Amino acid sequence: MIMEESDGLAIARAKAGDHDGFRSLVERHSRSVFKLAYRMTGNESDAEDIVQETFMRAYKQLNRYESRSSFSTWLYRIAANCSVDLIRSRKVRQPVEVPETLQATGPDADRMLFSGQIQERVAEAMKELSGQERTAFVLRHFEGLSIEEISGSLGVGSNAAKHAIFRAVQKLRRALEPLTA
Amino acid sequence: MKHLTEEELVLFYYGEGEGVTEHLQACEACRQEYRKLQRTLNAVDSFPVPERTALYEQEVWNRVSASLPKARAKRPVWRNVHAWGIAAALIIGAFLLGRMLPPERILTGPASVARTDNSGRVLKAAVGDHLERSQMVLSELMNTGGPATGTRDISYEQRVVEDLVDANRLFRVSADTAGDRATAALLDDLERVLLEIAHSPAAVSTVRFEELKRNIEDQGLLFKVRVYQTQLRERERTI
Repeated sequence: MIMEESDGLAIARAKAGDHDGFRSLVERHSRSVFKLAYRMTGNESDAEDIVQETFMRAYKQLNRYESRSSFSTWLYRIAANCSVDLIRSRKVRQPVEVPETLQATGPDADRMLFSGQIQERVAEAMKELSGQERTAFVLRHFEGLSIEEISGSLGVGSNAAKHAIFRAVQKLRRALEPLTA
Repeated sequence: MKHLTEEELVLFYYGEGEGVTEHLQACEACRQEYRKLQRTLNAVDSFPVPERTALYEQEVWNRVSASLPKARAKRPVWRNVHAWGIAAALIIGAFLLGRMLPPERILTGPASVARTDNSGRVLKAAVGDHLERSQMVLSELMNTGGPATGTRDISYEQRVVEDLVDANRLFRVSADTAGDRATAALLDDLERVLLEIAHSPAAVSTVRFEELKRNIEDQGLLFKVRVYQTQLRERERTI
């Protein structure tokens, strides 16, 4: 895979102290780290903090990175940990932030309103997941990581990763099925 | 016929599991259950992620590179602030070491009480000093009017703040370890504001600058710092 090869080169340069190597990694992965962080926190400004913190931690730990897993999986693990740390550190839960999609009027307004309700309910339901459930679910559902990759990211066994996903799906079903049935 | 479990359906939804397709073709009940699951999980996809600008990668790099070690080494002007951070770390290290030493290595009787009190007092004094520096830089930002148009360069304040962030983390962890919840909470609030300043672009727009000031104001941070310092001084006086 070309992408992984160029990640490898960039990592080698960064490990040798070349900032441009690290810059290449930041530029290649910052957008996907933001998406992951936003899905984990549901908050834009928290997600931005996590992006920054993720790359700072990655830089400090780069010498510990081994190419057994892909760089993006390793980076996702750091981002997921940063997200869980941030969620835990919040004393008061932030209101769920849902991007505005409900401004439409006209024939599609009802459909938009319904879709807005679902978005809100999804965001609320995601907040009810534990750190591990949320991480496992986001990595599986949105990022398409395999159970093995998720277990590597969470630092738990495959069964634990799988069950975290099952629990997350159960909770989401309980919250969303009244709307989607 | 034995029906599929929810777990098997979930795995199938994500492209795993064997023999599920055949079962679904033959079993209406499982097919219906799978459709319900599918609708719910498809609905989760409606959770939208805000778009980033076309220059997002560059913006992230600018923020990250400002904190990389090499960039720090290029700031001799702030050596004094950095040195202060190291001194803070040493004080905290000594404080934590004092708390972690095994009982037999700590003096017994009244002397040990005095020693514990002293380490706590040293930490409080260092925190007081740190808060004073933080207060100075925050006040400077608060008292400066934003530009009527264009941007304002806050790189000067950011360099100070970056060092304060490092020291703040050490103090917060120490306060937390020492069980001093009030100090830890204040430092937690302060850290968020310091990080926000440190993570802003060096040239902030008028709107962003006013937003920064509003955030400092909304949290009542300067007030909290002043109250803490007053309490600290009063405590020192009574001791």
